[in-house]
Amino acid sequence: MLRFLIEKEFRQIFRDPAILRMIFIMPIIQLVVMPLAADYEVKNVNIAVVDHDHSTYSRQLTQQITASGYFKLVAMPASYTQALSYIETDEADIILDIPQHFERTLIRENEAPLHMSVNAVNGTKANIGAGYLNTIIRQFNTDIRQHWLQLPRHSQQPQILTTNTNWFNVRMSYQKFMVPGILAILLTMVGAFLTALNIVREKEIGTIEQINVTPVRKQYFILGKLIPFWVLGMVSLSLGLIIARVAYGIAPVGSLPLLYAFAAVYMMAVLGLGLLISTYAHTQQQAMLIAFFLMMIFILLGGLYTPIDSMPHWAQVITQFNPVSYFIDVMRMVVLKGSGFTDISRHLGIMAIFAVVLNVWAILNYRKRA
Amino acid sequence: MIDSNSHIITANKLTKTFGDFTAVDAISLDVHKGEIFGFLGANGAGKSTAMRMFCGLLSPTSGEASVAGFDVRTQSEMIKRNIGYMSQKFSLYEDLTVRENMRLYGGIYGMSSAAIKQKTAAIVEELHLQHELNSLVKTLPLGWKQKLAFSVAIFHNPPLVFLDEPTGGVDPITRREFWEMIYRAANAGTTVFVTTHYMDEAEYCNRVCIMVDGKIEAMDTPAQLRQQFHAKGMEDVFLQLARKATRSGD
Repeated sequence: MLRFLIEKEFRQIFRDPAILRMIFIMPIIQLVVMPLAADYEVKNVNIAVVDHDHSTYSRQLTQQITASGYFKLVAMPASYTQALSYIETDEADIILDIPQHFERTLIRENEAPLHMSVNAVNGTKANIGAGYLNTIIRQFNTDIRQHWLQLPRHSQQPQILTTNTNWFNVRMSYQKFMVPGILAILLTMVGAFLTALNIVREKEIGTIEQINVTPVRKQYFILGKLIPFWVLGMVSLSLGLIIARVAYGIAPVGSLPLLYAFAAVYMMAVLGLGLLISTYAHTQQQAMLIAFFLMMIFILLGGLYTPIDSMPHWAQVITQFNPVSYFIDVMRMVVLKGSGFTDISRHLGIMAIFAVVLNVWAILNYRKRA
Repeated sequence: MIDSNSHIITANKLTKTFGDFTAVDAISLDVHKGEIFGFLGANGAGKSTAMRMFCGLLSPTSGEASVAGFDVRTQSEMIKRNIGYMSQKFSLYEDLTVRENMRLYGGIYGMSSAAIKQKTAAIVEELHLQHELNSLVKTLPLGWKQKLAFSVAIFHNPPLVFLDEPTGGVDPITRREFWEMIYRAANAGTTVFVTTHYMDEAEYCNRVCIMVDGKIEAMDTPAQLRQQFHAKGMEDVFLQLARKATRSGD
C-alpha cells in the first residue's frame, strides 16, 4: 500500500515545476548569493574628517585612516556642523573631528582629545566602523610615541603584543563560517515548507476526502508524504555540499557519512514539523503563515547570524527547542572542525526525539474523520 | 444494533449537529442489498452530511447506523474497506493520469499490480478511454471525469457505493450514459446509494427517500410515492414536500 502512495507523490512532485525549482534552484541561489552578502566584514565606511588643525599630525592621521582600506573619505568639511549635514543625508557614517592645536597639545601635554561622531542608524556598520577607527588612532598614537622615543635602549613603555591563531577556520573566512549554516537553513526551508503546504493543498483541492474514505492507514498516508520529501531533502543537501565544494572550496573536514546520518534524522524532524503544521492548517495561506512565523524564530534564534552564547538567558532556553540550532551547530562542527560521532551524539539524540515527537504528533492529529 | 441479512445500510435516529444547527435530524432508514437507493433533497437538506456519516467521514452526534454490517461509530475503518465513494466535488488527482489514478486507488485497497492492470483494461474498454489512458485527468472534459470518478469508486468491487450528486453539471447525454453505468454496477450486484437534484433520475431508482430540513419526509418506490401524493411525476412529489422547507441554500 505504501509503495503506491510513494509512487503517486513522486509523480506529482516531478510534474510540479514550482517544487522542482524550489528544490534545485533555491539551493544554488541561496548558496551562491547569500554567503557573499551575509558578511560581517565591514568595508567602505564613509568618513568625513573635520580638520581644524591642518598640521602634519592631523594630515598623517587622516592619511592612515584612508590607507587602511576600510574607510572612504567622503569629505573634509570646514566645520563640524557642515560635517553633520553629511550624516543627515547619509553620505557619511562617521565624523572625525580633529580640534585646533591638536598637534601642539599632543606634544606639549602628551595627550590630545579627538572627537568621533557615529551615525548609529546602521548599528553594525557604526559599531564596527568606530572600532576600526579606534584601532587606527591607537596605532597612530603608538607610532608617534615610538618615533619620539627614538628607540631607547630600554623601552620605557612596556609593550604587550598579542598574536591570534584562528583554529578550524584559519583565515577567519566568513564564507567558511556561513555556508554550512546557510545549508542547514536551506534544508529546513525546503523540508518544512514543502510538507506543510502539501497536505493542506490536498485539503483545499478536496483530494484528501477521496483518500480519507479509503481504508488507508494514517501512518501509511503520513509516511507516503514523508519519504518522498525526505529523499528530496537529501538531494538538496548533496547539491548544497557540491556547491560549497565547487564555489567556496569547503569540503567537510569530518566524516561525510556522519553528516548525512545527522541530516537524515534532522530531515525527519523538519518534515514532521511541516506535516504537523499541515494537520492544523485549513488553507495553504494559514500553513504558509505558521511555517513562516516558526522559520523566522528558528533562523534568528538558530545561531546563524548571532552566537547563541551571547543571547539573553531566556532566548538560550528557547534555542534548546529549536531544531535548526542543533543542525547549524553540527554542520559547523563536522564541516569545519571535523567532529566525530561522540562529539555530536548528544545533538543526534535530541534530534531523534524531535523527529519521533513531531511525527507521532502529526499522525495523531491527522483525522480521517471529522 | 439492527442487523439483517438483506439490509446493507440501517440507520436508527441518526443525528448530526454542528453547534446548535441540526443538519441531520434523527433519520431512520434501511437500504436493501442490490437496490438503487435515491436520496433526494434540496440544497442544505442534509443529504451529504448523512452520506458522509455512512461513509465514516463524519462521526454522528447521536443515534446509530450500520453500513455493510459495521457500526459507523466504532468501525468506520472496516466500513471503508467495503464501500466506494464518489464525492460531489471531483476529487481524483488532476495531476495524475487516468491510469495512475486507477493504480493508486487499486493499490490503496490492497489490489495486486496484475489485478489493477486487468481492471484498468476492463474500464478503459467500457468507457472507451483508450486514447486518454495516459492523459492527465485535468485535461478531460467534466463528463468523462465524472465517469472516471465513478469507475474509480467501484474499482475495488465494493458491495456498496455512495454517489454524491454524481451528475451535477453534466449534459443530458452524459447523464444518461452515467445512469447506464449505474445500472451495470447494480446488475453486477453492487448496492448504489445516490443523491441527486434531478427528479427524472429519481424515477430510475428502485426506492427513493426525500429529505427536508434534515428529516426524512417520505421513503418508498417512485410509483408508490406518486400515488400517495397524487402526483404526475417525482418532481411534483418533491415540490409538495420541499415547499415546507424553511432552510435554503447550502
